[in-house]
Formats: sequence, structure tokens, C-alpha cells
Amino acid sequence: MEILIQQVLSGLATGGIYGALALALVMIYQSTDVVNFSQGEMAMFSTYLCWSMINAGMPYWGAFFCTLAVSFAGGIAIQRLIIQPVQNAPVLAIVIVTVALLVIFNSVAGWLYSYIQKPFPSPFPEKPLKFGNIVFGAHDLGMIGVTMVVLAMLYGFFRFTPLGLVMRAAAQNPVSSRLCGIRVGRMLAFGWGLAAMVGSVAGMMVAPIVFLDPNMMGGIMIYAFASATLGGMSSPIGAVLGGFIVGVIENLVGTYVKFIGTELKFTVALALILVVLTFMPSGLFGRSEVKRV
Amino acid sequence: MAAILYARGLEARYGWTQVLHGVSFEIEPGGITTILGANGAGKTTTLRAVCGMVKAAGTLEFEGRSILGLATEDVARLGIAHVPEGRGTFVNLTVEENLRVGAAARKDRGAVERDAERVYGYFPRLRERHAQPAGTLSGGEQQMLAIARALMLRPRLLLLDEPSLGLAPLIVREIFRIVQAVNREEKVSVLLVEQNAALALEVADHAYLLETGRVVRGGAAAEIAGDEAVRRSYLGY
Repeated sequence: MEILIQQVLSGLATGGIYGALALALVMIYQSTDVVNFSQGEMAMFSTYLCWSMINAGMPYWGAFFCTLAVSFAGGIAIQRLIIQPVQNAPVLAIVIVTVALLVIFNSVAGWLYSYIQKPFPSPFPEKPLKFGNIVFGAHDLGMIGVTMVVLAMLYGFFRFTPLGLVMRAAAQNPVSSRLCGIRVGRMLAFGWGLAAMVGSVAGMMVAPIVFLDPNMMGGIMIYAFASATLGGMSSPIGAVLGGFIVGVIENLVGTYVKFIGTELKFTVALALILVVLTFMPSGLFGRSEVKRV
Repeated sequence: MAAILYARGLEARYGWTQVLHGVSFEIEPGGITTILGANGAGKTTTLRAVCGMVKAAGTLEFEGRSILGLATEDVARLGIAHVPEGRGTFVNLTVEENLRVGAAARKDRGAVERDAERVYGYFPRLRERHAQPAGTLSGGEQQMLAIARALMLRPRLLLLDEPSLGLAPLIVREIFRIVQAVNREEKVSVLLVEQNAALALEVADHAYLLETGRVVRGGAAAEIAGDEAVRRSYLGY
């Protein structure tokens, strides 16, 4: 029983990371119809920037918030300078651009910081918390907390602020938004900025567990894609919940299904993507899109 | 009086196909002007050209200033609200949110609440449904919402593209009556594109006839309505 609760909890902790990255994917997908394959590498790069700041002597939370700001600005810059010029190209061309960004971020990080794994500090105490027989890692709990705060803030922003409303409108119907005088291009760039920021939180939270290296996001992004697919690419809340579900499934299957263990865990994620796409293409919480032709 | 919208020799094309071959018209401030024509004559393209949604050449002036080549959002910010064919409401947003988005480009945030009240005054049905997602409204209500949202921009020129499309005659009557009231009370000039020529001529002051991308006739609505040839080909009696 203790093992079960512990596994579920640590599943929720990593699930929050998957959910945050899945949310970043969905935010961009909803506004531009493009899956940003470089989302994970952008997050990895942000995490390296944070590492540099901490190494230069900044306190953890100072570096954390600086990284958020830099990531936000970076996301905007990428949309304006790289995505905007190809915006009217076929979707496949834009997807290839994001794949190129993935490769570029990966190799630039390797070039700047080398491919050797680096430890990344956790802002939470090392001492595990004990509740009876159940032991929780403080970082796991902190990670859940930080993810929840970020998600709640995003929800509040989109739901209750005028700018959030305009961004939802621009994502939903760019043509009508322009007719209302809304500068849709600016809103899209803003969305990229927010997505990059959410990704950077995920990167900084997961780095103490997986260690910092240019390929750290590879596996995590597969889970993030599985989460977004499971929750539904059209549903931000679904993406987050999908993240938690995938995190828990991953841990439980790894623990209780002997032949899968740690070696075949990725296969579970990929199998999940396949099953969802085959039997429930719009995911658990997504709407199937009806297009008029 | 100087025209609020002035178009001379407007040309537009989609790819290799030229759709407008020199369209010329003027819209008097404060009036309702209609552009009539068969399917494919270029009515919708004319409106799209005004809003910068399709690239156009020629002369196009709004309140004496050229708006040719401006981005759609900048045209809207100058005070031209376009209610597109098929309404283009934000189906996942509530009625109230749709109205707020309609006013998003305005600077005078304080007046927006008051305007929403005024707009609800024209469309009491929308007030009843203010918390409902726009996607759950009937076709007529969605058309009303599209017009209401356009009014939230406080436009000086309102472009309406086929507001009667797919609606029951009774609802169409209601909508046209509201458009007339808005035109009178809000001092918004209206450019109306319609296939229902009889109805359009009834509410309009001026009318233009568009045939394969060219304006073939223009004049007072009553005069056009009385024309033998027009009657036969557009009014069908």
C-alpha cells in the first residue's frame, strides 16, 4: 500500500512536468495549428540559462524568475523572427522549421555547455518528508506545488483578464479577430512567449531529477506528446490532466508490470499515443473539430 | 457631401483569376448603400478588398484618406466594422465575451460597459443569452451577435455581407429593422451586400449593381428598384 501511494505521488510529480509541457504544446497548437517540436529543447536551453545564472552567483529564485523573463522574451523572438515569416507556408513546412529549431537548440547547447551531465540544484530541502510509513521527496512535493501555481496563474490569466480573452479570441478565429482590430500577430507571439515560459518552469523543475544535459528533454517530450494526445490537443485543461494521468500510469506500470520495468517505459507512452489516436482521436477532453469546406 | 467611402477602379484577384475589374462606388455618410449582384459577381470580394482581406489595386479612400494596402486590423481601427458572410462569431466564447472582444481594439475602456448596454438595447435576445457560448445560439441570434459585436467597435462604417443568408424571413425582417435603427440612431453608415435584392432595395438609400466584377449601374435605391431590367433580373417579377 505504501509503495502504491508513493508511486502515485511521484507519478503526479513527474506528471505535472509532462502536463506543463503538454500545455505549452497545446497553447501553440491551438493558435497556429502547429505542433512545436522544439518545445522541449527550448525548455532545456532555458534551464541551461538558469544554471549559468546560478553558477555566476545568483540566488536560486532570482535566477528562476530571470529565466522566466528571458524565456518569455525568447519565445516571442522565435515567433517573430522565425515562425512569422513562414506562417503562410503549408503546415508541414512550419513543422520542419520547428524540428530544425530542435536540432539547433540541441547542438548550440552542446557546443556552449558540452554534453556532459551537470547536476542542477533543487530549491527544496533534501530531507524527505515522512508521513507514517510513507516517505515523500521534498522536491517531488515542491514540484507539484510549483506546477500547480503556474497552471493556476495561466488559467486565471486566460479566464479573467482582457488580454487573456483577446488571446483566446485570436487563437480561435484569427480572421474575425482582425476584423475587430486585434493585432493577431502580436497575440500569437505573446502565446509563444507564454509557452516558452511554461516550458522553462518544467525544465528547471525536472532538471534536479534527470540532470542537466542537452538531451534531457528527449524522453520527457515523448511523455508530453502522449499527455497532450490523451487529454486532447484542443483542450488546455485536458493536456494538464493528461500529464498527470500519464505520469501515474508510467510509474505504476513500471513498478507493477514486471516485464515492462524501466526499460520499456517509453514504449508504454508510445503505445498510449497510438491507442488514443486510433480509438479516440480528439482525446479525453478535446472536441473533434468540424471544418467547413 | 463628401463620401465616407470612395472607391474608383478597384481591382482584385485570387491567384490568376481576376474578380474585380474596376469597381467604382461612393458611400454617402449616414446612409445605407447596397451592392446587388448575382452569385460570383464580386460582392463579397468588394467588401474584402475594402478591409484589406484581399490585395486590391485602384483608389480606395475612407474619410478622405487612402486605406489601400492597410492591414485588416488597421482598417478596423480606423472605424470600419465588417460583419463577414457566415458571421464569424467566436463560438467558444460567451455572448458577453464576444462583445468584449469586439471592443478590444478601443482605447476608451470606460465607455465599453455603456456601449454593451446600448447594444443589448437593440438586441434584447442577446441580453437574455449573455452567458451562453455563442455556438449554442440559433442562426438568427448568431447574426445578431455578429452585428452587435461589430457595433462594439463604435464604427463609422458598417459592412454587412449577406446578413439574410440561411435565415427565416421573419428573423431577416427583424434584423433589417434593427440595422435601420442602428443606422439612424448611431449615425453609422452602412454598406450592405445582399442577394435578397427586394429587401435590400427597401432599406437602402443608394444601390449599385455589380456584374462580373464591374459596376454596371448606380443610383437612388428607389430609382434602381423601378428599373424594368433590374426588376426582371434581380427582383424576379
